[in-house]
Amino acid sequence: MPSAEPQQLDRAFHALADSNRRAIIVQLTRGAASVSELATPLGVSLPTVLQHLDVLQRSGLVRSEKVGRVRTCRLEPGPMHTVEQWIAEHRANWERRLDLLGDVLDDAFPNPERTAKP
Amino acid sequence: MSIRQHDFTLERHFRHSPEQTFQAFADPALRQRWFRAPDSWTDTEWSLDFRVGGGELSAGRDQRGTHHLFRSRFHDIAHGERIVFAYDLLLDGRLTSVSLTTIELRPEEAGTHLMFTEHGAFLDGLEDPSEREHGTGLLLDGLEGFLTGAVLA
Repeated sequence: MPSAEPQQLDRAFHALADSNRRAIIVQLTRGAASVSELATPLGVSLPTVLQHLDVLQRSGLVRSEKVGRVRTCRLEPGPMHTVEQWIAEHRANWERRLDLLGDVLDDAFPNPERTAKP
Repeated sequence: MSIRQHDFTLERHFRHSPEQTFQAFADPALRQRWFRAPDSWTDTEWSLDFRVGGGELSAGRDQRGTHHLFRSRFHDIAHGERIVFAYDLLLDGRLTSVSLTTIELRPEEAGTHLMFTEHGAFLDGLEDPSEREHGTGLLLDGLEGFLTGAVLA
């Protein structure tokens, strides 16, 4: 087993901590996409998408290449075989579950009870 | 053979009371809405026995044909306050991690402060070079699953 790569792990956690960046990865699991194709469903500006892509590329999860005027992005499977990535994904699964839990609470209990004893 | 230890804590603040938050763990219908297999999986199974000594099982086969299994055992349940459980994750019948998890629900003025703390032991099966390509595929499947709103590891 390779030695720990804490910086890579930190970057992967950071990259997966943002809902827009997770949405970008979702889209890329369906195939390569241009920057503008990534921006449209998110409803955010191109500069914002480029900032997210920068974080994703530094994490090693995504790579991109520019052909002519179009920058095409795709998932980078290369670094994902490490145990660090496995752990990052495991942890991100729970992040996602707890986000969903919050949505379920809002939906199931639209009028939250007040906490009796803060 | 080797084991990678990894501990982490996740925190959330909900505007609901600890009692309501707890219901989302204890009520099977609510629990399934945030803890479920992706719709694209086949052969899905799920069962919940929410009591000390009971457990939860969630399993299914992803689009690549890999079988995923989560199985847990509840060690402590304090209504509206705390849940302690341990769980295994298996891929194609192969044990990949074992974790001890505590969930604490603390009342706060605006609702509930949830603290999720896990102590995990990640086994090295996926590091085997012959399994590497397979493991990468599993990761992509898992990533797609959780990112599309599905939540079975």
